[in-house]
Amino acid sequence: MLIRALRDEGVTTVFGYPGGAALHIYDAIFRQKDVKHILVRHEQAATHAADAYSRSTGDVGTVLVTSGPGATNAITGIATAYMDSIPMVVLSGQVVSERIGEDAFQETDMVGISRPIVKHSFMVRDARDIPEVIKKAYYIARTGRPGPVVIDIPKDITNPFDTYPYEYPEKVKIRSYTPATRGHAGQIKKAVQLMLESKRPVIYAGGGVVQGNGSELLTDIARKLNYPVTNTLMGLGCYPGSDRQFLGMLGMHGTYEANMAMHNADAILAVGARFDDRVTNAVNKFCPNAKIVHIDVDPASISKTVTADIPIVGAVDSVLSEMLALIGESEQKPDAAAIKNWWEQIDEWRDSHGLYTAPRYNTGGEKIMPQDVIKALHEVTGGDAYITSDVGQHQMFAAQYYLFDKPRRWINSGGLGTMGFGLPAALGVQMAHRDAVVACVTGEGSIQMCIEELATLTQYHLPVKIICLNNQALGMVRQWQDMQYDSRYSESLYEDSLPDFVKLMEAYGHVGMRVTQKDDLKAKMEECFAMKDRVVFMDIAVDTSEHVYPMQIAGASMRDMWVSKTERT
Amino acid sequence: MRRIISVLMENEPGSLSRVVGLFSQRGYNIESLTVAPTEDETLSRLTLTTIGDDHKIEQITKHLNKLIDVVKLVDLTEGAHIEREVMLIKVKAAGAQRAEIKRCVDIFRGQIVDVTASLYIIQITGTSDKLDAFLQAVGDASILEVVRSGVSGIARGEKVLSL
Repeated sequence: MLIRALRDEGVTTVFGYPGGAALHIYDAIFRQKDVKHILVRHEQAATHAADAYSRSTGDVGTVLVTSGPGATNAITGIATAYMDSIPMVVLSGQVVSERIGEDAFQETDMVGISRPIVKHSFMVRDARDIPEVIKKAYYIARTGRPGPVVIDIPKDITNPFDTYPYEYPEKVKIRSYTPATRGHAGQIKKAVQLMLESKRPVIYAGGGVVQGNGSELLTDIARKLNYPVTNTLMGLGCYPGSDRQFLGMLGMHGTYEANMAMHNADAILAVGARFDDRVTNAVNKFCPNAKIVHIDVDPASISKTVTADIPIVGAVDSVLSEMLALIGESEQKPDAAAIKNWWEQIDEWRDSHGLYTAPRYNTGGEKIMPQDVIKALHEVTGGDAYITSDVGQHQMFAAQYYLFDKPRRWINSGGLGTMGFGLPAALGVQMAHRDAVVACVTGEGSIQMCIEELATLTQYHLPVKIICLNNQALGMVRQWQDMQYDSRYSESLYEDSLPDFVKLMEAYGHVGMRVTQKDDLKAKMEECFAMKDRVVFMDIAVDTSEHVYPMQIAGASMRDMWVSKTERT
Repeated sequence: MRRIISVLMENEPGSLSRVVGLFSQRGYNIESLTVAPTEDETLSRLTLTTIGDDHKIEQITKHLNKLIDVVKLVDLTEGAHIEREVMLIKVKAAGAQRAEIKRCVDIFRGQIVDVTASLYIIQITGTSDKLDAFLQAVGDASILEVVRSGVSGIARGEKVLSL
């Protein structure tokens, strides 16, 4: 009944790992062909893979795990999806109903443990409820501000010897749940007015634009107005990264021009972004002269940290299309002279400190610079690959230097910052896009957190490319220790403990490549991506002392940044 | 500022833990909490009192509204309302004290609901302030045990919190 309901919901792929309490479900999977199950090597990876499957397609990801340790192993992945508002349904087995509460073998209170990191959860108490619960779970996960939903299923509920009439509901209505759709017309009008009157506007767009399928509309609006656009880490790709109007990412490791433009703006159009602490720096010094329009599907995101002057609660695509229409109809046009001046100012910032006009890092040395690796990756993949990432310096370099032109191409754990995300995420993306180029940008630290998934790649013939920026240390930790702890490298160095990644890859049946010479980088990268049907791991020895810049100075405003090891604003 | 938030929610297992969990997770305080099914047994009515500035209360109500099980809610302190709390209190009542306490109960319009030779059990209803005042009037020395129900409330006039 459960698998039939999944099929009727349109689920084609489930990532999971079997175990006692889920065995009835696994037997049902064996006896059908519509729902394909991907056997991962650790439940955390199942959640990351399903999460990335969703990020890259827009569909709801599905996970199936057993009770107890299966459920608890899934927690990190659920929290990751929750923080980034990713629609996902996690089915967890549970001990039989009458054993619940008795500390039975492999029992854990999954609904309780997951409660703070799910959008909603269900415990199925009657097998007859299965179709309705499945329908509701997918509806809740997908609509409004998306998020993970847990369904905990005691083993007796899926007993194949109990049979019931089955009917999959066509529609679902939940009286206590009415996600926002259209924005308030009056507010939208006011917002358009404010933006048209602005002399120093910035469009600040986040993951909500990607999730809410608003990228094209946002791009149309920005182009029509000739306004600058900056993206959050989660928003990258929702506006073409190689476009002239794009300022790059903003925030802690945002570009100089994006942070300066934000600080000096007189009007900010925030769309599907949540004024995260990694964006705003000190909230009381944030954008002192700007009026703020904030469009978000989640009312609780509005005025949570930064007060919005014009709040608009609504689905991003609906609100943006209304705005676009109003801008088209409006007799008022942007102040061309003021916007020209504003662009001159922005171009000045760009030329003096921007990341893209001239290299801002040491290009003359012998060592391979991590920035150059990302640039080479961009070049070799034509800027059109799906890039997943782990967490740390490599993540920031990828965000800064791989200029994403399309949404859903940049797959990373932004909110929770989960090391170990990248490899299983690449697995999930490649499952969804079998013919696409998928690369995981990682570090020698992060990759070791879910490295067991190399075996899953073998099993399902998923030719993921792994680009490892090996600096022999937890680079971001070391950067902070350099900057704030007088270079006392407490527990951030690997010394001689790193594995031989080339041999490790060979053990899994993959290809390992080591790159140590700067001059070899491009050719090796091309060689790597030419092996279209193989998993290739590039272990690239990068400059171990490099830092990510710009870096905002804690407790200050957006414009206060270190732009190199010695130079600050 | 003290607020009374009244929540209508699905009467399902786990609903209450979601509300309580939200408060601890986001660092909000619950001063008091009462919950019971309504005349429609699929719904529960939960009343809680909390303390916070306008920004905090706005966040609390937004996050409560986001919970799937929450159907509707109202901040009763935004308008005219009636609030009540019931207190049962066991006090020493012997000798000269006995009459004094009886007088005090009458002044506060409470009722003595159980009696032994040496103690009274008193029931008293009113706003939280009134109950506090009664406790002060009786004095710590006499009090053996206090049970308070937490605040319940309802809006005055035409305003109704229902489906």
